[in-house]
Amino acid sequence: MSYLDQFLFGIYPYIALAIFLFGSLVRFEREQYTWKADSTQLLHRGALVTGSRLFHFGVIGVFLGHLGGLLTPLSVWHALGVAPEAKQILAIAAGGILGGIGLLGLLILLHRRLSNERLAAVTPLRDKVLLSWLLVTLGLGLATIPVSMGHMDGQMMMRFMEWAQRIVTFRGDAASFVAGAPLVFKLHIFFGLTFFIIFPFTRMVHTWSGFGSVGYITRAWQLVRPR
Amino acid sequence: MKIRAQVAMVLNLDKCIGCHTCSITCKNVWTSRDGVEYAWFNNVETKPGIGYPKEWENQEKWKGGWQRNSAGKLEPRQGGKLRILANIFGNPNLPEIDDYYEPFTYDYEHLQNAPLMQTPPTARPVSVITGQKMDKIEWGPNWEDDLGGEFSKRSKDQLFKDVEKEMYSTFENTFMMYLPRLCEHCLNPACVASCPSGSIYKREDDGIVLVDQDKCRGWRMCISGCPYKKIYYNWESGKAEKCTFCYPRIEGGQPTVCSESCVGRIRYLGVLLYDADQIETAASVANEEDLYNAQLKVFLDPNLPSVIEEARKQGIPESWLESARKSPVYKMAVEWKIAFPLHPEYRTLPMVWYIPPLSPIQAAAERGVLGRNGILPDVSEMRIPVKYLANLLTAGDEKPVLAALDKMLAMRAYMRGVSVDKTENLEVLKQVGLTQAQVEEMYQIMAIANYEDRFVIPSSHKEMVEDSFNDKASCGFTFGNGCSGGVSSGTLFGKKKEGSIIFVDMPKSRKNPRKNAAETE
Repeated sequence: MSYLDQFLFGIYPYIALAIFLFGSLVRFEREQYTWKADSTQLLHRGALVTGSRLFHFGVIGVFLGHLGGLLTPLSVWHALGVAPEAKQILAIAAGGILGGIGLLGLLILLHRRLSNERLAAVTPLRDKVLLSWLLVTLGLGLATIPVSMGHMDGQMMMRFMEWAQRIVTFRGDAASFVAGAPLVFKLHIFFGLTFFIIFPFTRMVHTWSGFGSVGYITRAWQLVRPR
Repeated sequence: MKIRAQVAMVLNLDKCIGCHTCSITCKNVWTSRDGVEYAWFNNVETKPGIGYPKEWENQEKWKGGWQRNSAGKLEPRQGGKLRILANIFGNPNLPEIDDYYEPFTYDYEHLQNAPLMQTPPTARPVSVITGQKMDKIEWGPNWEDDLGGEFSKRSKDQLFKDVEKEMYSTFENTFMMYLPRLCEHCLNPACVASCPSGSIYKREDDGIVLVDQDKCRGWRMCISGCPYKKIYYNWESGKAEKCTFCYPRIEGGQPTVCSESCVGRIRYLGVLLYDADQIETAASVANEEDLYNAQLKVFLDPNLPSVIEEARKQGIPESWLESARKSPVYKMAVEWKIAFPLHPEYRTLPMVWYIPPLSPIQAAAERGVLGRNGILPDVSEMRIPVKYLANLLTAGDEKPVLAALDKMLAMRAYMRGVSVDKTENLEVLKQVGLTQAQVEEMYQIMAIANYEDRFVIPSSHKEMVEDSFNDKASCGFTFGNGCSGGVSSGTLFGKKKEGSIIFVDMPKSRKNPRKNAAETE
């Protein structure tokens, strides 16, 4: 295992996750006024409603899929009676469909953003970086599907699960489980991890609030603040 | 009974001259900033007209306000909580900026810097969004001023419901009135209910509805939730902004700037006491025409000893109770019943009320004889159709509007008798059910309209809840973290504290005119 593998898949995840969590916390604490979804719907609707719904449905689905798929312990899958082969088919199908929907939505949104004069004028560089980064990460993720189709035994997926679970449980030697993987997987992981670093510095922070807004369902309609 | 107090407003449309001084002072104080150039917390519309934003009263289109479902419960017209949450990715009911207007400035500098030319230089309009020159300004905040534009377009006005509008398309029969509009600071605000972040709230002590700028996440559901379209999206900061009822002034016992600056003296501010437990019942009555009376029942009589005693018990300060007894708003809305809520059918229980305008008695001019209703001229023959006013103020019920107009005519007739003929025409008062004392007070408050009669505002006792020593040398009203402008320029999270000065950035459109102009040449 090379030094680069050790760094990128053994140490870099901690750097990324630390920046993600601590950065979000500091921004929430210090600069709440900048914490927003930053919608541009007012300036130009275009295909926003369609594009944004597709994109969010796909991307949130993919995110939850990664979270559940990578971090659910093997014993749970055993107990459920899901064999690695079956789980890989599930992962490819769900990831392919949701990722495809997300990609379609993202392309619609990018087209809307770049083709409109007003949006082009108000889009800051960090939004452009963010959207391109998402596009590349999503594209790489979808590009892993043909590679996965070449070996349907689910063993490589098991190695990724082991890697992710070792990372989040602070057990050493996680990197070795990824070191032998094909390049496209490694690139996808690198871009994905780096996305966590970008997260607190962009409008991505609205994701936290998006999940937080679920509390709205049980809230009273009216809010009255005492002095 | 849960007693709360609110500083409410009444606007006497009979005296509005449509000068827009309220809008301009408001703009200068509150929205002369980036991202809200297009936003007018206060604007004055000429009616009939589709208004600002376009067709704001068309709730079939914008889905604002509340509706009563089959179970008799209220829910926002744009949908229940799950629907609202599902729409945060893309709000199908959100106006676009062109429904307001594309904010613009003019290239004034060109007038001075233009080289020698055959023709005089012009100051072309420049879009504040793109910085590009605009060929033509298509729409503005007051495009229909004094009946500007064709009748066919203006007559999309929702207030023409059940009115034979074609009759009013001819020059001889046309009518108009002004409608100054601001946030209604509702008792049952649909914006508060629509906010998934819980950032909009009503203040318990004075009823002002505010957006917590730190908590707002820009989901923009409030903008479609508000049926008056009085919440604006700041496209620069990504946050919702709205009329603040000039709360820093109200807290100090001063009127809002729109009221203070009103040259026609049409605005009144005063305390209303209400029973918060009755809000839901009042807003959910089945028949829309009953909503006006239902809202009246929510208000409490500040002269009633039982109300005073209960209010004291619930901690309403004595100065507020005293102001409530002297409140011009209470007198106009509840005692005299000459002021009405704006669009009660939206079920928001608005707290900015309007006195309907009188207008020339049309048929009389033609006949040369006034139609008589008893000894008063017949108000149903007025140039402005009563149905039109009723669609604006009482969900279509003409009776209360007619009664109010009669009272205003009676007041004029009586006072004319007193000052011109030196007689007290008591018969005219009997016809509309007013006492001599009442009509003289009406005259004092509505016609003379002295400053201290118009504005009866108790100061909020902030010293009871805050240590004002901490506010010493603070930054005043700024956005964001401490003294920063809320925008992190160049640094990751914010910039260095600026020190104790009130620091407001100049809008981008004016910051660097030379550069902007060069880019657009």
